[in-house]
Amino acid sequence: MENYIVEMLNITKEFPGIIANDNITLNLKKGEVHALLGENGAGKSTLMSVLFGLYQAEKGEIRKNGEVVKINNPNDANALGIGMVHQHFKLVEIFTVLENIILGVEPNKMGFIEKKEAKKKVIELSEKYGLAINPDALIENISVGMQQRVEILKMLYRENEILIFDEPTAVLTPQEIKELLKIMRGFAEEGKSILFITHKLNEIMEVADRCTVLRKGKYIGTVDVKTTTKEELSRMMVGRDISFSVDKEISKPGEVVLSVNNITVASKLHKNNAVKGVTFDVRAGEIVCLAGIEGNGQTEFVAALTGLEKMTEGSIRLCGKDITKSSIRERSISGMSHIPEDRHKHGLVLEYSLEENMVLQRYWESKFQNKGFIKFDAVREYSEGLIKQFDVRSGQGPITVVRSMSGGNQQKAIIAREIDKKHELLVAVQPTRGLDVGAIEYIHKQLVATRDAGKGVLLVSLELEEVMNVSDRILVMYEGEIVGELDPKTTTVQELGLYMSGAKRNTVKETNHAG
Amino acid sequence: MQDNKKSSQKSGFDFRSITKTKGFSAFTAALLAIALGLIFGLIVMTLANPSKAMAGFRYVLVGGFSRFGDVLYFATPILMTGLAVGFAFKMGLFNIGASGQYTMGMFFALYVGFMVELPAGLHWIVAILAGMIGGMIWGFIPGIFKALLNVNEVITSIMFNYIGMYLVDMWVQGNATMYIASKSRTNYLPSTVQIPSLGVQGSNVNLGIIFAILIAVTLFIVLQKTTFGYELKATGYNKYAADYAGMKGKRNVVVTMIIAGGLAGLGGAFAILAPSAIAGSSMTYEPINIIAANGFNGIAVALLGSSNPIGIIFSAIFISHIQRGGSLANLVGFKPEIIDVVIAVIIYFSAFAMIMNSALAKFVKSKFGKKVEMANANAEPTTTNKEAK
Ligand SMILES: Nc1ncnc2c1ncn2[C@@H]1O[C@H](COP(=O)(O)OP(=O)(O)OP(=O)(O)O)[C@@H](O)[C@H]1O
Ligand SMILES: [Mg+2]
Repeated sequence: MENYIVEMLNITKEFPGIIANDNITLNLKKGEVHALLGENGAGKSTLMSVLFGLYQAEKGEIRKNGEVVKINNPNDANALGIGMVHQHFKLVEIFTVLENIILGVEPNKMGFIEKKEAKKKVIELSEKYGLAINPDALIENISVGMQQRVEILKMLYRENEILIFDEPTAVLTPQEIKELLKIMRGFAEEGKSILFITHKLNEIMEVADRCTVLRKGKYIGTVDVKTTTKEELSRMMVGRDISFSVDKEISKPGEVVLSVNNITVASKLHKNNAVKGVTFDVRAGEIVCLAGIEGNGQTEFVAALTGLEKMTEGSIRLCGKDITKSSIRERSISGMSHIPEDRHKHGLVLEYSLEENMVLQRYWESKFQNKGFIKFDAVREYSEGLIKQFDVRSGQGPITVVRSMSGGNQQKAIIAREIDKKHELLVAVQPTRGLDVGAIEYIHKQLVATRDAGKGVLLVSLELEEVMNVSDRILVMYEGEIVGELDPKTTTVQELGLYMSGAKRNTVKETNHAG
Repeated sequence: MQDNKKSSQKSGFDFRSITKTKGFSAFTAALLAIALGLIFGLIVMTLANPSKAMAGFRYVLVGGFSRFGDVLYFATPILMTGLAVGFAFKMGLFNIGASGQYTMGMFFALYVGFMVELPAGLHWIVAILAGMIGGMIWGFIPGIFKALLNVNEVITSIMFNYIGMYLVDMWVQGNATMYIASKSRTNYLPSTVQIPSLGVQGSNVNLGIIFAILIAVTLFIVLQKTTFGYELKATGYNKYAADYAGMKGKRNVVVTMIIAGGLAGLGGAFAILAPSAIAGSSMTYEPINIIAANGFNGIAVALLGSSNPIGIIFSAIFISHIQRGGSLANLVGFKPEIIDVVIAVIIYFSAFAMIMNSALAKFVKSKFGKKVEMANANAEPTTTNKEAK
């Protein structure tokens, strides 16, 4: 018999309308990186929440070092040395980094917090593991990457030896991902045991020792990563073969759909402009990708384009109509669909049901309301159609509260809503963030289908693979400017990387503006 | 599609599915909160007068039943201010200015009562509408400040509580028709402007409570069934998503505050225009520089009713019931001041416990096993946590 540090045996956990975990067994060896793979809604986060004491399983038991333990809340988990970085972070925004790290375990002398001592320890840890942070910064002012390092330090500060990472890489830049994987490997070598949830098979191949696969709440199997392949993993996960490349015909660009001219947006973080005179066109029937490293003005540009924020200069034409000063609603009516970058902040009303979210952009149309009264039957019917067509999974269908849905299925709901809405231009910002490989394949097909239906697509992505596979034309953004236009068929990832890091630039071909 | 989905959706009457709805969990939470408030009230009474505590507490609990007409009568204004607070809260606005709006509404109603002559059947109706308009104006001002200048509505509406109160006191005192300086109160209103009584013996209960309940039901429908209600709640839950969906956030802030103000104003009108049981007299207003308590009680009413208009009907009646019962406790020798304290303790402790709702549910769950099940498991990851991008 093997010696496992943690055994989760025959775990079953139900939610209203769904069995999120159905008799699942997972064994964790000391000093290994154990990946957990499964489609959106397969029950990965739920299983980890059971281990972390956020949920109590109805059936099954958990053992640590062979002994049965009862984990009723995160404090119990902590006492057993189990720590977790959540899919959606749990930091107190108005506290500093240091305060968040020591929250709940503040060292004190007669009731007074010994901040100095804590700070010393935190700084030591951060230096030891290369987790750069600023202990005195407020959480609301730091980047997502640093927030994650804070979450990791929180676990280390508590001297946890079993570390759970729930989709840590979904919010990171490629560079940050590389560093994180290295750090995780380091933890394992030190004898810590790691549970790692990700949808990116490359990351599993690179860092994990073993991988457990779940599908629709059920346990499928555990494999040795060394002796398996990406293809086999994805087959275990979705039950069919997945194609990793995108099949598409050569694009046949038509009329100009979107034309932005000299867009300039002031930055909220510094005195310089975040976007500096961006000019380009998107035509019907093409997918134009705005590529770049996070923080080079893409977010601000999209906010100005979609009307969420004001711009200081420039003009926008959509299907020949000047929409520079139009409201968000007018832009939407003029034919703009928008899959937003931050699905929890902009894309969804988490307390609303799935069907209410499905009509978030359209509830006012005569199809869904009559004299100000919502036609609930029409809303139900419409959302049931979308749920089916886009395979949005949830416990109770249209009446599920969106907050209770898995992250990937929340994203699918937004995509369904925006693609189905009548539009000429689709602005898709990181549309596949947090999705499983099957869903990504599906979304990419949808983007291509949108293009083939004669719409323009503006894709904003940080994923090099996505940029290269999906787009017809790449515009690279660096420090608020478009520094190059590339053809994905003739360029390489290396070259793209050079443009993105600002090492190389060309000017956008003027021919684009002729039409 | 989901193959492990259970057929709980269309299975007719299922008690478990009812106990798991949002409304039900809010209801049980309110009951729990009330129970805690009552226990606390009892403790205060015991401290004040141990030998009489049980007798006094009995009055607090059941005294109201013998005067149900009065309970409804006193519930009317706090039902309206409760709606004023609760409705705005649905949009994420904390309308602490219900007092000022209430006072303004009362003044407008008084003005129409004294200064405008109208036929009997019309006079009181016009006065009520005037009260509504007065409240609307006082709700509009914080609303427009919030929408255009992003000034926090809490600050402006507190300021306008004071401004409204002093203005009204000044206007009343400066008007010889309205004010009797020697008695430092307003004159008796003409009978044409008093709201028709419901004819319950010895009570002032009048059509106002019927109007108030109808208004609450209307608001419920507006919130549940209309696009305006959909926008309002969406904005309250997540204003960024509401912006993204192209909702006119600023306009909605102003409209919501106007409606909320109008509701509180109606409360003021209902209060001052109530008929008097003694012929030839009427309700009066004393301009003595005190902010209307009914406005603040509205906050407790709204909290206890979870800002749900139907819930607010019941919480207003409950609070009025406790107040009526409490005022009977001096029959066994409790001083009125102690009674006020006890009532305040019960009301505010209940409301406070309501805020602690989820913490409370957890406590009960851990103590009493799995009975209260994860009725709102999905409320769990909220609190003050950050949702990462
Ligand atoms: N608190 C909850 N209440 C009700 N249902 C829930 C709750 N949490 C999860 N679920 C449901 O349980 C199922 C599994 O969700 P879970 O979050 O574990 O998926 P996941 O594997 O982490 O997916 P993703 O990759 O999209 O994050 C989903 O169908 C979800 O709707
Ligand atoms: Mg998850």
